[in-house]
This record gives sequence, C-alpha cells and structure tokens, in this order.
Amino acid sequence: MSRSAAPQTDWTPDQPIIALKDVRKSFGHLEVLKGIDLHVMKGEVICIIGPSGSGKSTLIRTINGLTPVTAGSVKVEGQEVHDDKLDKLALRRKIGIVFQQYNLFPHRTVLQNVMMAPVLVLHENKREVEERARSLLAKVQLSGKEDAYPAQLSGGQQQRVAIARSLCMRPDVMLFDEVTAALDPEMVKEVLVTIKELAAEGMTCVLVTHEMGFAREVCDRVYFTDAGLIVESGPPKQVFGDPQDARTKEFLSKVL
Amino acid sequence: MKTLFPLTITKITWRAPLALAVLCLLSAVTAIAQDGTERVSALDTLIVWIPFILEGFGLNLLMSILAMAIATVAGVVLGFMQISPIAAIRLPAKLFTHLFRNSPWLVILFAIMLLVPFQITLPGGDKVLIPDWIKATIGFSLPVMANVAEILRGAVMSIPSGQWESAESLAFSRYQTLRYIILPQCIRRMLPPWMNWYALLTLMTPMAAILGVGDALGHTQAAMEAAGAKPEFLIPFYLFLMTIFFVFIYPISIYTRRLERRFAAGS
Amino acid sequence: MIAPFFERLNKTAGLNFSPFYDAYDWGRLLEGMWISVELIACIIAVSLVIGVVGAGAQTSKSRVIRFLIAAYIEIFRNTPPIVQLLFFYFGLGAITPQVDMGGWYEPIIGSFGWAVIAIGIFGGSYNVEIFRSGIEAVPSTTTEAAESLGFSNFKIFVYITLPLAFRFCLPALTNNIISLAKTASLAYVIAVPEITYTLSSIWSDNVNVPEMMILLFAYYIILVAMIAKGMHLLEKRLALPGYGQ
Repeated sequence: MSRSAAPQTDWTPDQPIIALKDVRKSFGHLEVLKGIDLHVMKGEVICIIGPSGSGKSTLIRTINGLTPVTAGSVKVEGQEVHDDKLDKLALRRKIGIVFQQYNLFPHRTVLQNVMMAPVLVLHENKREVEERARSLLAKVQLSGKEDAYPAQLSGGQQQRVAIARSLCMRPDVMLFDEVTAALDPEMVKEVLVTIKELAAEGMTCVLVTHEMGFAREVCDRVYFTDAGLIVESGPPKQVFGDPQDARTKEFLSKVL
Repeated sequence: MKTLFPLTITKITWRAPLALAVLCLLSAVTAIAQDGTERVSALDTLIVWIPFILEGFGLNLLMSILAMAIATVAGVVLGFMQISPIAAIRLPAKLFTHLFRNSPWLVILFAIMLLVPFQITLPGGDKVLIPDWIKATIGFSLPVMANVAEILRGAVMSIPSGQWESAESLAFSRYQTLRYIILPQCIRRMLPPWMNWYALLTLMTPMAAILGVGDALGHTQAAMEAAGAKPEFLIPFYLFLMTIFFVFIYPISIYTRRLERRFAAGS
Repeated sequence: MIAPFFERLNKTAGLNFSPFYDAYDWGRLLEGMWISVELIACIIAVSLVIGVVGAGAQTSKSRVIRFLIAAYIEIFRNTPPIVQLLFFYFGLGAITPQVDMGGWYEPIIGSFGWAVIAIGIFGGSYNVEIFRSGIEAVPSTTTEAAESLGFSNFKIFVYITLPLAFRFCLPALTNNIISLAKTASLAYVIAVPEITYTLSSIWSDNVNVPEMMILLFAYYIILVAMIAKGMHLLEKRLALPGYGQ
C-alpha cells in the first residue's frame, strides 16, 4: 500500500479528529458563517441541522477545503486545512464527501467510478482496488450494477455508488451533504440504511441533513445552526427533547 | 444532449473589438513605417486609393443586401415546402436544400457564373445583358437560401404540437395556422441565426472578385496593380481591406450575440 | 467497360465526362481529389490543435493572454476568409525567406502550406469557442467531486473535463468540420491544385463545364456525407447510456 506518512503534528487520537474554531466565511458582503466552533471525536456521528440557508452546506464544505474560509481555523487530525502549504491529497484521502447531487462521473461505469481515484490518485494496484470496489458495491447492495453507467441508475442507487466511491479511498471521516434531499421518499431509506451501517462500524461521520428521525436515532451529537451561527448543540435526546433556544424550538416545531 | 447543454457564446464587450479595429490599422501603419521613405509611399498610395476601394465595398454591400433579400424570400418558401404534407413538394425541396447546404460557396458561384448565359432574350425579342455582379449575387443567395430554409424548418419544428392542435380545433386552415399562429412565433427564434447568415454572406462576397467583379477585393487588387504592383503594398492594402469588413461586420456580430443571449434567457 | 460507355455518351449525347475515358484527365481528377482530401485533413488537424490550445489559454489567469485569444477569434471570424488567405499567401508569403533549390529559389512555405495555415487558423477561431463552450458545459459539481477524491487539476482536466467536454461539443464540432471541408475549396484562389482547381483546368481544356460541374457537386455532396457519417458514428460510439435523455 502506498499510504504516505502521516504529517507531523502533535495530534493524538484522543483529541478531536475535526476541530473548527471561530470559522467565518463571506461571499462578497454576505457573511454566511459568523464564527463557528465545532468538534468531532473519532468514531462519532455528528448531525448538523437547521433551516435552509443557515450555512450548513458551506460549513461542511470548509472541512475538506472545498470552500476556503475567510477567517478562523479548521483542523483535521491536528492539521490546518486552510494552509497553502497543506498537502491537499493527504487531506482528501482522509476525508470522503458525498454530495446532494451524487456527482458521479457520467462517462465511466459504476465500477470505474469507484476505482478511478485509488488507481489514478493513490496509484494503488489495480487488481486490489477492483476487489475492494466490488466488495464495497456489494456492501451498498449494488452487486450486478458494476458495468452500468450512472445515468442508467435511480437516484438512490447513484447515491450509494457515490458512497462506495468515497469509501474506496478508505477515508477516516465521511462527510454527507444533504445526501437524501434530491431523492424520492422511497429511495431515502435505502441510502440512510447504508449510512447507518457505516456508523455502526465505527466510521466517523458528519452529516448535514433534514431527516430528523434519522438524526435523533443515529447521531451521537446534534448541532443546530441558524443564520451562520451554532445556536445549540448536544446529544439528540437533549436537543430534540428539551431545546433551550427559542430558534431551535421554533424550527423543531415546524419540522417535527 | 444538445438541448441539455446549449452552447453559449462568450460575452465580449464592445471595447475589445474597438481596440482591435485600431490594432488592425496600427499594424498596417507600423508595417509601413518600418523603414524609411520607400515604405511611407505605400501608405500614401493606400490613402490615394481608399475612395476607389470603398466604392468597391459599396458593391459588396449591395450584393449582400440583394442576395439576403432573395435568400430570405426563397428560403422561407423552400422551408415551407420542406414541411409540406405532400411528398411531391417535400422531397424535391429537401434535395434542393441538401444540395446547396453541402456545396462550397465557390463551387456554387462557379456554377452560376459559368452556366447562366451572359444574356437572356426577353419574350419580345429584346436581348438583355446580365452583369456579372448580378450573377454573383444569385450565386451567393443560393447557399444562404438553403440555410434559411433549414432555420425555418427547425423553428417550425420547435413549436409545440399543442399549437397546431389548438389551431386545428379552432378550424384554422393549414395556411392560416402557419400564417397567424406558427410563423409569428418562429420569427423571434429565427432572427439571430438569420443575422449570422447575413454576416457570413457579406464576408463571402469578395469571392466575386475571382470572377472579375469590381468589388472591394477586385478594386484593391486593381489599385495595387495600377500603383506599380510593389510587394510592399500587399500587407497594408489587404489589412485595410480586412479592417473595412471588420468595422462593418463586428457590430452585427455583437448585436446578434446580444439577441441570442436575450432570447436564451427569455425562453 | 466504363470508358467505352462514357465515350459513347460523349459521341451520341454530347455529354463529355472526359476523366472517365481519357487517361490523362482521369489522372488529373484523382490527383485533385487526393490533394483536396489531404488539404482538408491538414486544415482540420491545424484547426483542432488551435481550438484545444486556444480554449486552454482562455482559462489563463493572464488578462493579456485572454485578450489576445479574444482578439484572434474576433478578427478571424469577422473578416472575409478569402482576404485572410490572400493576406497570408501574398502578404506574408512575400516576406518569408526563400530556400535555395540549387539554381532557383522557392519559398519555404508553398501555396498548399499557406492554405493549410490560413484556413486552419480561420477554422481554429471557431473551434476555440466550441471547445470552450464544451468545457463550460461540464458541471462544476462533477469536477468538484473529483477534487474531493484528491484528483490534481491536471488529472481532473484529462480524466473528467476533457472526455465530457468533447462529447458535449461534438455536434457543434461536426458542423464546423463540415464547413471547413467546404471552405478548403478557397485554396483555388492561390492555385493549390485541389479538386476545384483541377476540374476547372479540365473544363477549360475540354469546354465541358456542365459535366465537370456535376462531378464537382457530386464530389462535395459525397465528401460531406462521409464526414457527417463518420462524425455521427463517433458520436454514437461515445454516447453515454442513459445520459441526456
């Protein structure tokens, strides 16, 4: 295996694997994130909930550096993400992300989609990668679809391919950005089941989601965001059962 | 795939082109000014001959406008023939369109110049000479006609079938449906490609010079010849010729692009 | 078999298809067709290279480079191609160095070369726009997904953007290639002995303009049909199952 040596930091596994400190992000004059503090421990499943336009997607995208921050610090395993000297490849290998719109590569088959990154980016042995890809596809219930093209699959199937594609890089953390928002209701479940299995295996997961039932059942901790700020956080029992802030109460009364 | 990813055209402001026109002229001047007295005379010669070249350009404009008028009328007729329910009308129209869309301008121009007699006899017995530039105009109109026909056909096909059905249910005849319902909806769609074809047609008109028509290119070559056929004339004269066309065509291109964008945004 | 038929046709009906029974004219016709095909292939190749390089340069951070590309596109799309060709051949041809061929001098670039350069550059100005539109049509979310998987910018371009962009711009590219194949006939004006030039010398020798004109039209109709067919096959081959329907 060609995993590169871990970058030199004084990070130890008992510290947060992801730590955001006073993260701010502006698009022009519009301030979307107004000072976010958030941390995730290894093996935790974190849900970020909140009204549309509260900056949830921007927040999750700052974690793997897709959206650069205006100020503040984002650390993954003790490494500052928004550092020009950072080895982006090492970061991206550690963090997998799944998008709302699946974003599969339309000109490659399902199997090729899953295999592409480990082969091209990590230069891993093709046969080993294929073996792993097939078993991952089996895990997300897509055996037999290896040679299909993305456009021939349903939304739920495409989303599961996207999950397998990220997992094939063997990340330490998985980010899920509203992965069920574009799906028909009957397909939401099959995707959530996949994520639930991942969580049960101990994968560190950060989800932006509107699925409150899922958040309540699977999450270790919930962050509630509104207007670019974290308003409230805690175990789901507490946030859903006994919300403290008026904005949380109002939001929950609307969606539950 | 075509409809999913419409190919858009860059937005380029009017300043860039203006700068370009200046650039064209400047490069002509610098080319001339490169070394001493001999080259300066090239610029002087050009200035002397400018009115003559512009006079030729007038013929390019005349040919382009006439050819476009002929092409539009004939193209609309041909386009409607192509969508006729009667095969005896539709098939020849398709063949005709196909022939002129897929042949080079030069070949069509040759065909008209060489195959159309230089004079025709009127029914009364009078003989009328057909000037070469008229024949060239007809030659230029044919490919544009075929493409106008194709544009019209495409525009008509893009009108939802519900329009035909509702017109039919209101007892409109086929002619009435086309005239009052379909065509008005097509015109907006047809305008930008129609203008593109006008620009292209104008850029093709200097080909008439090959066959001895005294257009801008013909006059430019004649001017260089008359002034002593010195090699140093070639670059400034041809650059000047390109500049005239650029100054006329560029605003049309810009306006066409604006229309395209506005229509694309509107639909 | 064929020759006697056309000879009889000439004698009885007065239709003189001289290349089909006269060996000399037959040779000229073949030569003209061959040079025409060669010319078109070279022009298309030059225009494609310019298109890809130009589209890449348009994404450059340098404003000067972007302006130069925009200027190139606008100049060549808004001036007459025939004047461009004459400018290159006579204007620039007059100042390019000559090579000593042992007694006589020949320009480094002949008329064929100038036709390829001039018409290739003309066609390239369209291809830049076509490729650029294709690249723009690739959803940024797709390239973002590749970025998240650790692809470098170069790998994203080679493995994701280019294959998709090429598919998106194929219909427009087909149109431009066909139009270039037709425009190649302009090389006639600088005496490149391609099909139009050859047939015109045959018809001035034999005074059989209508017959040779039919051949010329037939040549171009068949050529365009073949290019269209080829591009269509390519499009079909590259079509993505289930995509864009």
